[in-house]
Amino acid sequence: MHLHDLRMPWLGRPFVGLSNYLEAVGDPRFRGALWHTLFFAATSVSLELLIGLWLALALNQAFRGRGLVRAAVLVPWAIPTVVSALLWRFMFEGQTGIVNAALVDIGLMREPIVWFIQPGTAWVPVILADVWKTTPFVALLLLAGLQNIDASLYEAARIDGASAWRQFRHVTLPLLKPAILVALIFRTLDAFRVFDLIYALTGGGPGTSTEPIALYTFNALLQNLQFGYGSALSVIVFVVTFGLAMIYIRFLGAELMGSRR
Amino acid sequence: MASVQLEGVRKTYPNGHVAAQGLDLHIADGEFMVLVGPSGCGKSTALRMIAGLETPTGGRILIGDRDVTVVPPQQRDIAMVFQTYALYPHMTVRENLAFGLRMRGASRAEIEQRVGEAARALALEPVLDRKPAQLSGGQRQRVALGRAIVREPKVFLFDEPLSNLDAKLRVETRAELARLHRRLGATIVYVTHDQEEAMTLGSRVAVMRDGFLQQVAPPMELYRYPANKFVAEFVGSPAMNFLPGEILAELSPANPGTAVLGVRPHDLTIVTAGAGDLDALVDVVEPRGSELLVYLRLGAEGNGPELRVVAPPETAVEADRVVGVRFDRERLHWFDEETGRRV
Amino acid sequence: MLALLVLGSAFPLYWAILASFTPEARLFGGPSLLPSELVLDHYRALFTQRNFWIPIRNSLIVAGTTTAFCVAVGALCAYALARLQFRGKFALLGFILAVGMFPQISVVSPLYMLLRSLGLINTYPGLVLPYLTFAMPLTVWLLVGFFRQLPAELEEAAMVDGASRLRAFGEVIVPLALPGLATTAILTFVYSWNEFLFALSFTLGPERQTVPVAIALFRGMYQVPWGQILAAAVVATLPVTLLVLAFQRRIVQGLTAGAVKG
Repeated sequence: MHLHDLRMPWLGRPFVGLSNYLEAVGDPRFRGALWHTLFFAATSVSLELLIGLWLALALNQAFRGRGLVRAAVLVPWAIPTVVSALLWRFMFEGQTGIVNAALVDIGLMREPIVWFIQPGTAWVPVILADVWKTTPFVALLLLAGLQNIDASLYEAARIDGASAWRQFRHVTLPLLKPAILVALIFRTLDAFRVFDLIYALTGGGPGTSTEPIALYTFNALLQNLQFGYGSALSVIVFVVTFGLAMIYIRFLGAELMGSRR
Repeated sequence: MASVQLEGVRKTYPNGHVAAQGLDLHIADGEFMVLVGPSGCGKSTALRMIAGLETPTGGRILIGDRDVTVVPPQQRDIAMVFQTYALYPHMTVRENLAFGLRMRGASRAEIEQRVGEAARALALEPVLDRKPAQLSGGQRQRVALGRAIVREPKVFLFDEPLSNLDAKLRVETRAELARLHRRLGATIVYVTHDQEEAMTLGSRVAVMRDGFLQQVAPPMELYRYPANKFVAEFVGSPAMNFLPGEILAELSPANPGTAVLGVRPHDLTIVTAGAGDLDALVDVVEPRGSELLVYLRLGAEGNGPELRVVAPPETAVEADRVVGVRFDRERLHWFDEETGRRV
Repeated sequence: MLALLVLGSAFPLYWAILASFTPEARLFGGPSLLPSELVLDHYRALFTQRNFWIPIRNSLIVAGTTTAFCVAVGALCAYALARLQFRGKFALLGFILAVGMFPQISVVSPLYMLLRSLGLINTYPGLVLPYLTFAMPLTVWLLVGFFRQLPAELEEAAMVDGASRLRAFGEVIVPLALPGLATTAILTFVYSWNEFLFALSFTLGPERQTVPVAIALFRGMYQVPWGQILAAAVVATLPVTLLVLAFQRRIVQGLTAGAVKG
C-alpha cells in the first residue's frame, strides 16, 4: 500500500515505486518530526531514568508509609495519557494559570509568559507531563531490580570498608544494570511512539514545532487522507521501532533463557 | 494389581540427550522394583514413561496385558508420589485425598469411606481440614502417600519420595513403606539415587547408568555377584576396593594383566605384618562404634594403592604401623579392565 | 525530600479536582491553593449537555470486553506456552513480545482498511478487535510468567490422579493462578481504558467515542471549556485510580514481573 499513491483512492491505485519514501526523505516537515521525536525521547527518558533511580533508591529503604508513597506515585501512571496532558495544559494555560502565577509570585519571572506560542517554552509542559506520568513506572522497574540484590553483598562491602558511595558505585550500579537497561529500552520505545500526550497538549504546535513522527503520520493518514504517504511513514516508524525492539528482545531473551531450568 | 513390562523402551529428547537406550524390564505383579543410579542415569525418565508423563520414542510399555505406550496418564490407573509431593496447595488434606477419586467419578459415600480409611491408616485424621502449608514435612509426605493409596491403583510409582525428609524420619518411613507393600501386595516401581534405600526396600533392584540397565537382581545377589565394575562400586558401603590384577596374580581366573580385582572392605582381615597375603602401611583409622574403618596403603613403605578395610572394633591398629592384610578367597570379584564386565 | 516529591506528583491531580469544582469565571482569575467557592456546575453540564455517560458506557464496554476476552483466551495460550514443549516456542514468545512493542501508528492504516472493508468502523467490535493487537500480547506475556512459577508436578499429579489436561488446568492451575489472572486483568483493563489512538481513528462520532477521545475533543473551535474538561478528567481518572489504590501491590508485581523476570 505504501508503494501506491493513494491520495485519491477512488481513482485506483497507481504504483509509484519508492517515490513515497523519497518524498519523506525530502520533506522538511518529516525531518522536523523525526528530530522532535529524538529530542523528546532523549530529554524525557534521561530525566525519567535519573529521577526514577533516585526514587527507587528512596523507596528501597524501609520506612513508615512506604505503601502509601508507592500508591501515590502509581496514580499518575494509571490515569489516561490524554487526561494528564490536559491537566498540564491547564496548569500552563493563559497568562494567569497556576504555573505563571506561582513563578511570578516566587520571583523567578518578572511577568507571566504565554508558554504555547514559542517552540522553546511549549516543550516544557510536554516534557514535564511525560516525566510526571512515566517516572513511577521506571522507579518501580528499578525498585524490583534493587530488591533482587542480595543484602549480604552490602554487608560484605561494609565489612570491606566501602563507603555508601562506593557501595552504590560498585555493588548497586553493576547489579542494577539489567533493570536499568530494560527500563531504558522500554521507555525509549514508548517515547518514540509518543502521540496522545502531544496531540492533547500542544496539538504539535505552535505550527508544527512540537509535532512528533507519530502525530505527523496520523495527520497525513487521517486528516489529509494521504494513505500511501502516511503508510510509508508508518513503515519508517515501524522499522525504527522494530530495530530498537530487537535489541530489547535479545536482551530479555537471554534473561528468559537464564530463568529456565 | 498388575505387572509392568518395558520392551526396548527408548527416549531421546529433542536436544539429542538420550535418557533411555532400549530398556527391557519385566516387573512382576506385586513386586517392589527399585530403579537406582546416579543422577542423570535415566531412572526418573523411565518412571515418568511408565506414568505416561513422557512418551517413549521407541519400544512398548505394558501394564498388565494392556499396551499403554501412548495412553495418557489419566487412563493408566496408576498412582504416583512425587519428590516434591505436589500436594494441591489450595485444597485441604481431605480434598487432596479425594481428588483422584473425584476425577474418576466415585460416589460421595465411597469417597468419604476411602478417604477415612486412608487417613486412619496414615494418622492423618487430626489434620484432614488443614491446607498443606500448615503441615510438617512428615505429614505432607504421608498425605502424598495417602493420595496414592486411596485410589487402589494397578501400580504405585514413587519418585524419590524420601529425599525431602530428615535422616531419622527417612529411616522410619522406609520401614513404613515396606510394611505398606506387604499389606497391600501392590506392584511398586520406586526411584532413588540412594543405594541403601534401594537395597533395603526392593524385592529386586535395577541399577541404571547413562540410560542403560546395568543389572536387575534381588539386593543380595546384586551385592554378592555384581555384573560389572559399575554395579560393584555403586552397591555397598563403604564402596568396594579395586586393585590391579597383578597384585594377586596367582588367583586371577583370567590374564592378570587385563583384570581388575575387586574386594569389599568387609572381606579383608587385618593380621600381623607378614602373616597376610600382602603388607600395608596404616594411613587413617576411623572408629565407627560397631566397627573400625581402616585406610591402608599397600607395601611396607605405603607407596602402593589405597585399600579400605572394615575391622572389628577390638583390632589393634595404629596409624603409621605396618600390618598384614588377608583376602577372603571366596569373596573376590574379577572384572575385565576394558569392558568392566565380571570375569 | 520524598514527601516533597509525593506532593509534587499529587499536585496536578489536586489542582484538577479543585478546578473542576470552581466556577468557570474564576478559573483563571488569580488562583488560590485553597478552595473558596465550590460548585457542581461542571459536573452537571458534563452529564446533561455533554451526555458524558455515553463515552463512559462505551469505554466500559470496550475495555471490559477486551479484558474478558484477553484473559480467557490468553490464559489458554499462555498455559500452552508455559508448559508444552514444541519447536519454535522461543521464537513465538519473541514474536508475541515484538507484536506488543509494535508502534500503534504503524498499524492504523492497514487496520483502518480492514475494519472499513468489514464494515466495523464506528462499532464496538471495531475497537475491541484492534485493542486485541496490544492487549493480547500483554496478557499472554504476563500470564506465561505467572504460570511458569507454578510447579509442573502439580498438574502432572492431577493427570496421574485421573484428570484430563484441560481439567487439571481448570481444577488445579486456574485456582492457583487466580492472583496472577487478577493482576493481568487489571493491567489489561487500565491499558484498554486509557487507549487513545485507535479509539480516535476508528470512531466517527460521539455515540461510539471512548472517554479519552471524548475529553480530547471537548475543546471547541473558539473556546476551551476548562471546567468541563477537568470534571471529565476527574471522572475518567476515578475508576483506574480506585483500581490502582485497591490493587497497588499486585499491579507493581505485574508491571515488574513482565519486564524484569520475563
